[in-house]
Amino acid sequence: MKKKLLSALLSAAMLTGILAGCGNDATTPAADSSTTEAPAADTQTEAPATDDAAEEPAADDAAETAPAADEGKVLNIYCWNEEFKSRITDHYPDYTEVDATSGTIGDVSVKWNITPNADNAYQNNLDETLLKQADAAADDKIDLFLIEADYALKYVDSEYTMPIADLGITDADLSKQFQYTKDVVTDSNGVLKGLSWQGCPGVLFYNREAAKEVFGTDEPSEIQNYVKDWDTFNATATTLKDAGYSIMSSVNDSYRVYSNNVSKKWVNDNMITIDDNIMKWVDDSKTLVDAGATGTHDLWSDDWSKGFYPEGKVFAYFGPAWLVNFSMAADTEGSIGNQGGWGATEGPQGFFWGGTWICAATGTDNAGIIKDIMLKMTTDDTIMKDIVVADDDFVNNSTVMDAMAQDSSYSSKILGGQNPLGMYANGVSSLDLSNLSSYDQGCNEEFQHAMKNYFEGTATKEEALDLFYKAVVEKYPELSY
Amino acid sequence: MKKKSKAVRYNKWGYIFLLPFIIVYVIFQLIPMFTTIYNSFYENYMSGLKQIGPNFVGLKNYNTLFSQGDIWTYTKNTLVLWIMCFVPQIILSLLLGAWFSDTRLRLKGQRFFKTVIYLPNLIMASAFSMLFFTLFSDGGPINSLLMQIGFISEPYKFLSNTGSARGLIAAMNCLMWFGNTTILLMAGMMGIDTSLFEASEVDGATSTQVFFKITLPLLRPILIYVMITSLIGGLQLFDVPQILTNGTGDPMRTTMTLIMFLNKHLFSKNYGMAGALSVLLFIITAVLSLIIFKVTGNDKRKG
Repeated sequence: MKKKLLSALLSAAMLTGILAGCGNDATTPAADSSTTEAPAADTQTEAPATDDAAEEPAADDAAETAPAADEGKVLNIYCWNEEFKSRITDHYPDYTEVDATSGTIGDVSVKWNITPNADNAYQNNLDETLLKQADAAADDKIDLFLIEADYALKYVDSEYTMPIADLGITDADLSKQFQYTKDVVTDSNGVLKGLSWQGCPGVLFYNREAAKEVFGTDEPSEIQNYVKDWDTFNATATTLKDAGYSIMSSVNDSYRVYSNNVSKKWVNDNMITIDDNIMKWVDDSKTLVDAGATGTHDLWSDDWSKGFYPEGKVFAYFGPAWLVNFSMAADTEGSIGNQGGWGATEGPQGFFWGGTWICAATGTDNAGIIKDIMLKMTTDDTIMKDIVVADDDFVNNSTVMDAMAQDSSYSSKILGGQNPLGMYANGVSSLDLSNLSSYDQGCNEEFQHAMKNYFEGTATKEEALDLFYKAVVEKYPELSY
Repeated sequence: MKKKSKAVRYNKWGYIFLLPFIIVYVIFQLIPMFTTIYNSFYENYMSGLKQIGPNFVGLKNYNTLFSQGDIWTYTKNTLVLWIMCFVPQIILSLLLGAWFSDTRLRLKGQRFFKTVIYLPNLIMASAFSMLFFTLFSDGGPINSLLMQIGFISEPYKFLSNTGSARGLIAAMNCLMWFGNTTILLMAGMMGIDTSLFEASEVDGATSTQVFFKITLPLLRPILIYVMITSLIGGLQLFDVPQILTNGTGDPMRTTMTLIMFLNKHLFSKNYGMAGALSVLLFIITAVLSLIIFKVTGNDKRKG
């Protein structure tokens, strides 16, 4: 009898153990584990859910933006790093920080949902939440989220982002913003769906010491003569190689300069096409690599970063203001930036790199606050000027930037006392970004990966191109080539 | 009568105690397996934020998989990597196992060495491959070392050459798993009746003869077990090459394994293609395991 009791007790304990496992998570995935058919049904239920989400926002839209006066209690912001948060904390007047992931604006509490970009984690998380947006409780809905240029159209060309005009922001409010920042977030019907507080025009940062040694001068206008177009640039590469310098750290440095100046989209009618300017990058780069004038490192790798120091023997990097200010080891003793050893010049072609856009999520219950954040952060002259002075950012405001470019009191220590703002502003006004597609992120990444094999001689150009097509179709099964 | 019912009752307890396993197995293994097979017949993926499908497409996914032909390249890569890792690993493990279990040698500090050889397995595979990635990068310490001793004049691009990239992956896996294999084989060797060794000694057998004529044949069941588990593990090779090559399988996808290929379909949440690939992987694993089981000669008497 005792034995029986003991075993009954034991098995009861065991079973409660199993069930407790389900019970604890009862809030969300309870259905998954308690009913056995749940996993099977999972894949099917997802489809109708997205359909709903696609239809409903349109209806929600009108209903929720009209009575904007009564705001939701929680403002949910999705982003991938601390940058926007620190801008809001430092420059948005009504924001009070509570702790690392929350704050308040008036009596609305702000919740930051920060997921790092690595391995697409930010987008995966954002997508999952956006797809459930229609069914989520008002306080759980995403109100505001940030996007980058490479995948902007994925979100902009969907129903999940609100047109800026619907928030009550007019074209007149945005007149000072640079055109390219609007091009990036304009959907296929020409509706503007996001705003940015920064511009990221790129220039060529060159090593002043190396310039003096090889060309006898470090004057930006003189150096520009050596890099004014691609033919001159490539000829200069040979000169530099003979002097023991690589013109760039890696061929991937110049990729964006070429890919921002294309005349076709990556994808037309679901066909992958490679623009001539990108093929020019391949040919120019192959020549440079074969001549030993540059490397094939991935961006951000240790080998790539060696040129931040004089021993790295790298002549120049292509990049925007944030690269030289924050990413090139300017805080480290002995780096070129630390000694004010970089100079800036326009380089062969204008381009941009990076930048963050603010989007309002469809279905938000905080349209009023979002409008205010957008207006203050992306159009207010005083706030934007503060951002330039405090954070060295290049802001999306031509009036402020033109004034600062003339201002002789503003100069960059890293650039050896040069004021590069005028140069940035010139670069940004010549940009044409009408050839973006929603497949850019995947295409750009895979193209650079595939071509690395060609540059290093492990494959022919045709094989490398095949690999590129293959990899893109894996990412976007609807495409063909 | 009473006795019989008692026996049945004990059976019942047996079933009840099996329940946790069965429940976990059904929910996390069996159902996913069937949904995978089910999904492989559907077109079902995300295009940006749009869901495409699920539409029934019959065998189209399998067709695409085979017509591309890459699947065999990746299968070959995976097997090559497994063999490159398994052969040195089993030799090393047999040798170490024989030494450790040899009563005549009486090695000192056995416990210490057994712990040390198992240690690499405690490091996360991803951390381990990050370490190797840094060590063997173009401007990394190994290259500077080789250049300083004058062995090479220019940095050798370890990760851009098929042989060295595969070699690194195999070496890392070998390093991570030989401790585990050694301990398994040692357990098998210590289970062999010592009187057999003594008898052979009396008969004047050399230690080589003892190893090949006594240890190895009696170790066969454990060897088969080690081989099959290693093969299944080898076919699922993912984390080391994924991190080492940053997911690209460079150079030219010669280090792309089947699971890395599967992972490529995750970007678009392509359940259809990924399902088809998984089913294929399941079949390949089953067939290869069967072949090994047959070739190594399963001894019927031992079951």
